[in-house]
Amino acid sequence: MSAIVSVQNLRKAYAGGFEALKSVNLDIEEGEILALLGPNGAGKTTLISTICGITLPTSGKITVGGHDTQTAYRAARDLIGLVPQEINLEPFETVMNSVSFSRGIFGKPRNDAYVEDVLKQLSLHDKKDNKIMTLSGGMKRRVLIAKALSHEPRVLFLDEPTAGVDVELRKDMWDVVAGLKASGVTIILTTHYIEEAEAIADRVGVINKGEILLIQDKADLMAQMGQKQLKIELTEAVDEIPAALSAYDLERAKDGLSLTYSYDTKGERTGITTLLNDLQKAGLQMKDIQTQQSSLEDIFVGLVKETP
Amino acid sequence: MNFNAVWTIYIFEMRRFFRTITQSLISPVLSTSLYFVVFGAAIGSRIQEVEGVSYGAFIVPGLIMLSVMTQATSNASFGIYFPKFIGTIYELLSAPISFLEVVAGYVGAAATKALFIGIIILVTAFFFVDIQIKHPIMMMLFLVLTCVSFSLLGFIIGIWADNFEKLQLIPLLVITPLVFLGGSFYSITMLPPVWQTITLFNPVVYLISGFRWSFFGEADVAIGISLFAIACFTGICLAIIWWIFRTGWRIRQ
Repeated sequence: MSAIVSVQNLRKAYAGGFEALKSVNLDIEEGEILALLGPNGAGKTTLISTICGITLPTSGKITVGGHDTQTAYRAARDLIGLVPQEINLEPFETVMNSVSFSRGIFGKPRNDAYVEDVLKQLSLHDKKDNKIMTLSGGMKRRVLIAKALSHEPRVLFLDEPTAGVDVELRKDMWDVVAGLKASGVTIILTTHYIEEAEAIADRVGVINKGEILLIQDKADLMAQMGQKQLKIELTEAVDEIPAALSAYDLERAKDGLSLTYSYDTKGERTGITTLLNDLQKAGLQMKDIQTQQSSLEDIFVGLVKETP
Repeated sequence: MNFNAVWTIYIFEMRRFFRTITQSLISPVLSTSLYFVVFGAAIGSRIQEVEGVSYGAFIVPGLIMLSVMTQATSNASFGIYFPKFIGTIYELLSAPISFLEVVAGYVGAAATKALFIGIIILVTAFFFVDIQIKHPIMMMLFLVLTCVSFSLLGFIIGIWADNFEKLQLIPLLVITPLVFLGGSFYSITMLPPVWQTITLFNPVVYLISGFRWSFFGEADVAIGISLFAIACFTGICLAIIWWIFRTGWRIRQ
């Protein structure tokens, strides 16, 4: 796979001196779904806006499909579809006109059949002659996606596509994204819903304070950084962790009825067998045991907290 | 050149014009008719001929210019301000189009609307006064150039404005006074000599004078100078717009 979007040493400072992006490097591979996670104000939207041409970079270089976004902006932007975070739509236009407008300004000849196909795919077809102001919030968001897809882009940027969207629609949206990926479109989405990244992304990037802290294969990331916890419930409460077990990284619940053992799944030995043996030796009776895997959320919170 | 994009923007803007046809067309026609009734018929009948033309006919070119200039400016400024205001400008900025194409689409549509209004007012004028057009081709040339140049000005205002008040400010505080003082209702030869000189700094004088010449064959300033002035004005507006898009002023941060 080759990089369809390549960002090199991208820096963006606003007139007031605020540095929204500090030397960002990022390669996005063709056909993947990349989720960019980050808290509000991390620089996610600035990064997307700069790639798409809405914001001018202070320094650095961006290429899309090998075309420089500054010197060969027409060829670069031809390949890009953008779904903005805010619902920016002309309220008095019909869905069909609005989507056809997007296609037109990308230089594509009018093609009602294609546009209607896109609308069908997004369950918008029966609303095509409705004015946008009469649509619900979720429908408007679909119109934004339809507009972005109207010119058959190869790279689609979705800036928080599911912010403020109900659970059902969010699942629908994920299906749409999966369908697009199947058709070969590269997708970059920003989100602060971690389960979203967990559910649909191939790779996950974490961005905070204008820097990409990490970018990794989602499965690798979770395996590498994922810690597991073993929760041992006891039949009788203990006042303190017995001295014989002090060698283990154990945490006692407040009520003393359970102990939690954290371990690394990647480690050569997890230490579970010896721990269980030692528990028995210490005379503790186990009622139940369960294991938990730390989620992407824990990893994310951990990373963002660490940035000074 | 992305002609599809220019055409798309043009048609999109024209659709807005036809959607709001009452406001777009009827109001300028009505207000101009009122001018004809008041200045042409009521007061005009007591005014002697100006430059050999009845006063009612004399004000026709000025009235057309007044409407065309204000309409071109407000149409073009609103056309580009609205996408900024509702946020749909992101699409224009992320599309593979150059500033020339954006300007051609928006300014082309605004100028077409203004031209429409100008022609309708001219037609209306035939109902009120007896006029003849001596140089019809030059008349159209002046009309089209004015529509285009003031639409360019409107486009700049629309980009500059960051609220609705500013959008109205320039048309209200600059264009209307310049047009009124630019000889819409009088010949500048009727002014005292000092004011005649001062008036020559008003760019609108050249437009109205040239336009009036195309009707009656009489002008306050030489026709060549009028054409040169309007070309300069168009050139300056184009240069400013080119600079706006190059630097991203008020559009791309």
